[in-house]
Amino acid sequence: MSRFYYTDSGFVMFLLKALSVNIYLTKERLKVITMESAKVIDVEKQSQIKARQKQMPKKKLTWKIIKQQKLLIIMSIPFVVWLAIFAYTPLLGWIVAFQDYRPQNGFLGSDWVGLQHFTALFNDSLFYRALRNTIGMGGLGLIFGTGTAISFALLLNELRFTRFKKFTQTVSYLPHFVSWVVVANLVTTMLSNTGVVNNILQFLNLTDSPINFMARPDMFWGIVTGAEVWKSTGWNAIIYLAAMTSISEEMYEAAHVDGANRFQKMWHITLPSIKPIIIILMIMSIGNIINIGFERQMLLGNNIVADAAIVIEKYALDYGIGMFRYSFGTAIGIFKSVISIVLIFTFNTIAKKTSDISII
Amino acid sequence: METTIIEKHGKQINSKKKKKWSERPTKTDIFIAIVMLLVIIVTLYPFLHVLAISLNNAVDTARGGLTIYPREFTLMNYREIFSGNNNWVIAFRNSILRTAIGTLTATFTCAVLAYILSRKNYVFRRPLGIILVLTMYVSGGLVPTYLVIRNVGLMNSFAVYIIPALLNAFNVIVIRSFIDGLPDALEESARIDGANDITIFLKIIMPLCMPVLATVALFTAVGQWNNWFDTYLYAGSNVNLTTLQYELMQILGNAQSMTSSQVQQLNQTQGSIIRTTPESIKMAATIIVTLPIVVVYPFLQKYFVSGLTLGAVKS
Repeated sequence: MSRFYYTDSGFVMFLLKALSVNIYLTKERLKVITMESAKVIDVEKQSQIKARQKQMPKKKLTWKIIKQQKLLIIMSIPFVVWLAIFAYTPLLGWIVAFQDYRPQNGFLGSDWVGLQHFTALFNDSLFYRALRNTIGMGGLGLIFGTGTAISFALLLNELRFTRFKKFTQTVSYLPHFVSWVVVANLVTTMLSNTGVVNNILQFLNLTDSPINFMARPDMFWGIVTGAEVWKSTGWNAIIYLAAMTSISEEMYEAAHVDGANRFQKMWHITLPSIKPIIIILMIMSIGNIINIGFERQMLLGNNIVADAAIVIEKYALDYGIGMFRYSFGTAIGIFKSVISIVLIFTFNTIAKKTSDISII
Repeated sequence: METTIIEKHGKQINSKKKKKWSERPTKTDIFIAIVMLLVIIVTLYPFLHVLAISLNNAVDTARGGLTIYPREFTLMNYREIFSGNNNWVIAFRNSILRTAIGTLTATFTCAVLAYILSRKNYVFRRPLGIILVLTMYVSGGLVPTYLVIRNVGLMNSFAVYIIPALLNAFNVIVIRSFIDGLPDALEESARIDGANDITIFLKIIMPLCMPVLATVALFTAVGQWNNWFDTYLYAGSNVNLTTLQYELMQILGNAQSMTSSQVQQLNQTQGSIIRTTPESIKMAATIIVTLPIVVVYPFLQKYFVSGLTLGAVKS
C-alpha cells in the first residue's frame, strides 16, 4: 500500500505512524533491529491478519442482522455522509482539472477541455521555478531535519546527567507546539538588522554592516530550512531516542571491552542499530518533499524574495483560487500528487535493493 | 570469560549508582553537556527576547540593544492590544471558542466512530473502516477541498472551523485500538441488563477511554489553536470570524521594518508622546498567542509524549 502524507493531515500523524513501527519492533522483543526484522514483521503481520480472517466466518447480510444492528447502522450514517462530502468529493473534484470549471455551471455542467490546463501548466515558466523551489526546500528540510534530529538524539542518548537530560528534552519539544506564525515572527525578529544574529556577526567582525537577511533571495532557502530545524529537531528526535532504548546493553559492553570510545560506539553500534528506522522514515517522508505546503514560505517570504519563495502550493493558491482559475489549480494539485507517488515508489525500490527494507 | 560475567553481574547491581556518579564526568560528558546547553539557549532565547520587548517601553525598545529582560517595564503594549478599537478582542474570543468547541466535538465524534468500528459483529465494520483509512492516504488537495467547502456553504461561517475538522482517521484508529484492548466482560453484562449501544458507549466505554481521549483532545486543541490557514482561506473577509493566529499573521508583514527614525517621525506627526509602536504590539501579540501553549505545555508534556505510544501499540 502506498503511503503518502499530505501536509493537511499533519506531521504528527506521520510521526505516530512511524513510531508505531518502532513500538511494534520493541513489543516483539526484537532486541537488535536487524535488516531482516522489517521483513519478518511484514510476514508476521500478514499471517496474523489471515488467521484472524479465518477465525471469523463471513457474516451474511440479512434482515435479521440489520434489525439487530439498527442502532449501529443509524449511528454510522452521519460518518458516511461526512466522509463522502469532505474526503471523497474533493477526490471526485479532480475531474475539474479536465474541465473549464465555472462555479455557476457546477461540476457536471462545465465544458470538457481535455489536457488544456496541463499544457498551460507545463508552458508556464513560473511553474518550473515553483517546482524547483519546492523540491529544493523540501530536500534541504529532509536532509538537515533528519541529520540534526539523529545527531541530537545520539548526543542526548549519551548525556549522563539525568535531570539535565530531561530538561533538555522538555525544552527541545516546545517549538513543535508553537504555530508557524509565531515561529516566523521569532525568526524575523532574530534576523532583523538589530537582531541578535547580526549583533553576533558584527561582534565577531564577520560583517561590517548588518545583513538584511529577510531581503536576500539567495539566503531564503537556508532561512526556511533553519527555521524548520529549529522548530522540529527535538520532536523528530523522539522516535530515534525510542529506537535507541531497544539496543542491547551487551553490545556496548562488548565494544567497551574492545576499547571503543563513546564516539566510536555511537558510530558503530547506535547508528547501525537505528538504521532501519532511519530508512523507513526516509521513505515515508520522501514523498513529502513536494508536499511541504507553503506555510513557512508564505509567512517568511516577502515581495523582495518572492522568486525564491514561490512553491507549488502557493502557486496553486495564487494562480488557482486567487485568480478563480479553479481547474488550473486542480491540475497543479494532481501533478503534485503524481510526483509524490512516483518519488515514494522510486525511493522504496532503491531502499529495497540496497538495504532490503521497504514499506510498500 | 568468567571475569566479564562477574563484571556484568556487578554492573547490574550497581547499575543505578553507576548511571549517576560512580564515574567522574569525562571530557566527552562535558562536551555533550555544553552542546545541549547551546541547544537550550538557541531554543529559549527567541521566546525570552520577544517577551522582553513586549514588556518594555516601545520608544526605549527602538533604541535597540534589548536582550532578555525589559529595561523600562510597562504593560502599555498589552493594554493597547485590548484597548478595543481593533480586532484583537474578537480574535481572542474566536480562538478560545474554536479551540474549546472544536476539540470537544472532534474528540467526541472520533470516539463514536471508533466505538462503531470496534464492534466485531457489525456488518458494515470493514467497509466503513476501509473508507475511513483510505482518507489517510489520498486527499483531494487544496483547490478541490476549497470548492467543496464553498459549495457546501461553509464559507464565512464559524462552522468552517468545526465541521471539516470533525474526523481524523488517525485519531479514530488510536481510540479504536484502545477500545479493542478493554475487557469484553463489562460490556457483555451491560448488554444482558438490556443496555443498547448508545448506553454502553456513554456509560462504559467513554469513561474507560479517558486517557486516550485526553491525548487526542490535546493534539486537536493544539491544532485548533495554531491554525490560521482556514481563517485565511475560508473566513478572511469576515472580521467577526478572525482568530489570534490570523491577526498575528496579518501584522507580521506590516510592522516588519519600523526603524527608530520612523518612530520619531510618527511621534512628531502625532504631536504627542507615542505610547507604543507596531513592532512592540506585534511582540505582545506573539506572547499572547504563545502563552497558553507554553503555560499548559510543561504539565501536559507527559500526555503529549506518552500519548504517542498509547495507541501505537496495537494499530
